Formats: sequence, C-alpha cells, structure tokens
Amino acid sequence: MSEIKFSTEAESLIQNILKRYPNDRKKSVLIPALHIAQAEFDGWLSVPVMDKVAEMLELKPIEVYEVASFYTMFNLNPVGKCVIEVCRTSSCWLRGANDIVAYIEKKLNIKNGETTKDGKFTLRTVECLGSCGTAPMLQIGEKFHENLTFEKVDEILNTHQNLEKHCTYLDATTFRKN
Amino acid sequence: MGRKILLEHINVPGINSYDVYRSKGGYASVEKAIKTMKPEDITEEVKKSGLRGRGGAGFPTGMKWSFLAKPEGKPRYLVCNADESEPGTFKDRYLMEHIPHILIEGMITSSYALGVNTAYIYIRGEYFYLVRILEKAIAEAYANGWLGKNILGSDFNLDLYVHPGAGAYICGEETALLESLEGKRGNPRIKPPFPAVAGLYGCPTVVNNVETIATVGPIVNMGGDEYAKIGVGRSTGTKLISASGHIKKPGVYEIEMGVTVEDFIYSDEYCGGILNDKKLKAVVAGGSSVPILPAHLILNTANGEKRLMTYESLSDGGFATGTMLGSGGFIVMDESTNIVKNLFTFTRFYRHESCGQCSPCREGTAWMEKILAKILGGKGEEKDVDLLWDVQRRIEGNTICPLGDAAAWPVASAIRHFRNEFEDFVRNPANQQDIKYYFHCNNIDSAAAYSSI
Repeated sequence: MSEIKFSTEAESLIQNILKRYPNDRKKSVLIPALHIAQAEFDGWLSVPVMDKVAEMLELKPIEVYEVASFYTMFNLNPVGKCVIEVCRTSSCWLRGANDIVAYIEKKLNIKNGETTKDGKFTLRTVECLGSCGTAPMLQIGEKFHENLTFEKVDEILNTHQNLEKHCTYLDATTFRKN
Repeated sequence: MGRKILLEHINVPGINSYDVYRSKGGYASVEKAIKTMKPEDITEEVKKSGLRGRGGAGFPTGMKWSFLAKPEGKPRYLVCNADESEPGTFKDRYLMEHIPHILIEGMITSSYALGVNTAYIYIRGEYFYLVRILEKAIAEAYANGWLGKNILGSDFNLDLYVHPGAGAYICGEETALLESLEGKRGNPRIKPPFPAVAGLYGCPTVVNNVETIATVGPIVNMGGDEYAKIGVGRSTGTKLISASGHIKKPGVYEIEMGVTVEDFIYSDEYCGGILNDKKLKAVVAGGSSVPILPAHLILNTANGEKRLMTYESLSDGGFATGTMLGSGGFIVMDESTNIVKNLFTFTRFYRHESCGQCSPCREGTAWMEKILAKILGGKGEEKDVDLLWDVQRRIEGNTICPLGDAAAWPVASAIRHFRNEFEDFVRNPANQQDIKYYFHCNNIDSAAAYSSI
C-alpha cells in the first residue's frame, strides 16, 4: 500500500475535474491529475506519487509512467523551489536568450539543467513558450516574465529567493467548480 | 488602416470581461444562430466565407465541418486546438488573454452548428495562466445562460471545458491532441479514420484552431458572403500574424489578407521596420516549419511581383522560391543573423518534440541536430552539408504525421538559400569565434556531438 496521501483540497480538485469527462473515460483526467500531484508534492513526480495517482484513477502504474515521461512539464526528479525555464528557440535566441541563460548561470553559480545547493533554484532551458513577440522570456510556475533585461532577471531572482513553497503551474483556484 | 474583425475592440478597456464584451455586441452570433438559423445554415455560411484553418494547414473549415459523421446514438465532439506551440506563433495566446469570450462565443455557435453537446478547449500546459482566464470566462458564460441546458430557451445544451496539456508540441497535431485528451502519450494516429469519423473516444469530432473558431462568430453575424469580400481570391478575411525577431514593433497584428509583405515589415501600422535600421536578411513567414526565404524572395516573388500576405502569394514558386503562410508566425532576421545557428534552434526543437513513433523522424531529427552541431563546431566537412540534405529528404513524406515534414523543410530551405553559410563554417575558422559561448548556452557537449558521426 502506498503511503502517499493527497490533501483533501487536491483530492476534491481531481474529483471536480473528473466530472468533465464521460463516466467510462476516467483516464482523461490523468494529465490534470499529474499536474495537481506535482504541485502537491514538491514540484516533482516520484514513483510512489505516480502509483498513488494510478490507484486513484484505477489505472495500471505503467499507464501513468508512460504519460509522465512523455510530457516535458512533468519532473521525474526533485527540483528547486523555483524552477526557472528560459525559452531558447529561434525568436528568443534572436533577441538574446543565450545571454540571459549565461547571466543566470553566473548569478546562481550553476549550469543550465542544475539545481543550486540550497535547493532554491533550478535553471533549465525549454522550447518555444509562445512569447516570441516579448522575447527574451522565462517562465516560473504559471507566470511569464517577458522582455527580459539583466536588471529584470536580478529582480526576479531576488523576489524568488526565500520561497516557502515550490512555484507551481496551478493552484486550487485555477479551475472553476463545475 | 486595415479592417479588424477579431481585434475590432481590442483597445476597449475591460474587453476581457463578460459585461464589456457583451456591451460591444458579444454573443450576438449565438442569438442569431439559435433563434433564426438551422445548424446546417451555419455550416453553409462558413463554407461561403472561404474561412481556412488558421492553425497552419489552411484547410477549408466549412468543408472540414461537412465531413463530420452523424451516426445515431453517438455523441459528437468539438475540440478547440489551443496547443499553440509552433515557434514564432503567439496569436492564440494573445486572443485568449485579451478577448477570451470571442473564443467561447465561437465554441457555442460552432457547437450548435455541429450538433455538439460537449466541447473541450485543449490548451498547452505552459499556458496555465490562460486556463485561469478561460475558466473565469466560461463561468461567466454559464452564469449568463450561454452555456448549460436549454440555451436561450431552446433545446440546445452545451457544456464547455478547458483541458490542459503538459508540454508537447506534437499535441498540436489533431490526432495526437485527441490521444492526449484521452489521457495518453501524444502519439499521432494513423489516418484514416479521420477524427470526423472516429475522433475523441472513437466518436465523430471536429478539431479547429482557436483563431478559426473565434472567426465563426463574426462570420455568422456578417454573413459568409460579406466575410469573403475581405481579402484576395481564396485567401479570404483577416489573419492574425505573430511578428517577432529583429523588428521595431513585435506583436500580434490583424491584417486583411493581401497586405504586401513589404508593407507588413516596414510600415508603422505593423512591424515598423528592422530593429536599429539594419538590413533585412531573411524571414520565416509562417512559423518555424515553413521554408525560410532570403530578403529578395520574401519581398518579391521570383517573377518580380510584390509578395502578398496570402496563402497563394506566399507559396508562389513552390518550395524552390516560395514558402507558406502557415500559422502566421512571422520571424524576421536582420543582416547580422547567422542562419546556421538559427537553424540549429529549430532542428533541436524538432528533435526534442518528435514523439518517437516513426523512425525517419525520431532518428532523422537527432542526426540533423548532430550534423549541425558538428558543422557549427568547425569539425564539419563539405560532404556533411550534402549529408544533411540527404537526411532531411528521407524524413519528408515518410512519417505518420507532418512533424517530420516540419522538421525537414527548415533544413532544406536553409541549405537551398544559404548554402554558403554552411560552407563558411566548414572552411573559415573565423566563424567559430563565439561558438564555445553558443554551445555552452545551448547545453551542447561538443565532444558528444561529434563522437557518433
């Protein structure tokens, strides 16, 4: 038996979204449920967490693993409290994304893909986030930080310095109650 | 000023809210449709309008709708493709952020036309802040009686839900999107059967892009014939263009089809010219997948005619000298741009986003990335440019879905029009000045990049 326990808030969120799909199509809730699970458990999906999701949705564990490993936004390893995702595809590159990556690496003293020793920040580069007209940009949780300059990056790093909880893509207020 | 259809009220304060949207004539198409039109009349108007899919493929929307199977006893679904991920494209995001109700109105009117009672908006996971915006707008639509049971006192019921993805470009391909909506990996399906026959949960399904669906409301309001008067030839209406790169005013512009490319780049109404008044070098006109064109070919066709922002004019000359309107992701590059380095960002993108089902795409995109890294790193030989050409040619047309083609075309066009830049990297060590920095920032382990070639 899995020892993982979702908060009642997270469980009711999943139950709420479950109503959006036909009764015999529970699996449709898998991706939203994994997002909720990731937000609930420190920003990443451990095997026990995925097993718990499988149990909740009456799926085989492999059905959960194969989905979690397919999509970029699911972290299969621990991450920092603040995951900085810098877009690097064409338009962002044309407007200086490389300099932004290098600047953050220097400020945090880590390389692209790494997490700071204190567990505060993870830096990674990602593919096009649909912010090409406001390039360069980075995403933290659900928020887009656009038209970046080094000064803006300084400010962003400062405001995310002492987070209590992990930055997440969603919270209890993202979805409406059906 | 060109005519605005979708962005007519973009500058009205509060247009993102229900009350203001409604006060500007919002939801009129739902009233007109339900009270005065039969569902098939709407499909007829959409056909007359000449509206073509705004996601990139440009397939006539009315025709797509008319393929929808209507077997007894099976529900039909409408799914909005809001998985906008084509590099250079951000128009759907703009529309959903600033005028979310125009999409919801389009979903209701379209669902009525198609006999759909449950509809989904599949949105890319990175746009979670838009999920919040759409959910609020949907709640407002329910509260005001535009969604739910017996809409406007008719027997038409509709439930509308937002469904987030989780980071996968491939889910913009409609069958991969449906797989993902069913809670699976985003592997495209073999067609036929097409979604119109067997789509979501095996039921008849229409999948349309955000901008396409948003345009249905205005078409119903003004009539298909009236809409078709805007634009040129078979490129009817207006199109949202996402303009980015080295221009003075990046952003989303609604153009009447038929504006010249030159006007679009240089006039103050649109891009406002090249950043720092540099010279134009090249343009990717319709999102990363479409062929890149050098300045002389994007401004004028090979026959010397002014190139227009239409499906037909942009593709004039085929792939030899033309390109495609695609999703309208318009990326502008000035004279300082290195075409090979830019291409690398595209090729890496496709390698990263290939779902891995088809060998030519899974293996080919990785090979192209490695060969490009080798060339960029100064270890390339001239035969590597030919090898790159050969690999892209073997991907195109040999995969289940168009991602393979989309990965091949940027490579083919960059070699076709800028072969000298590839050869410069091979021949001239001076080009490698900042390559260490470029490699570092792009997380390329150069030793690994060459070792397997």
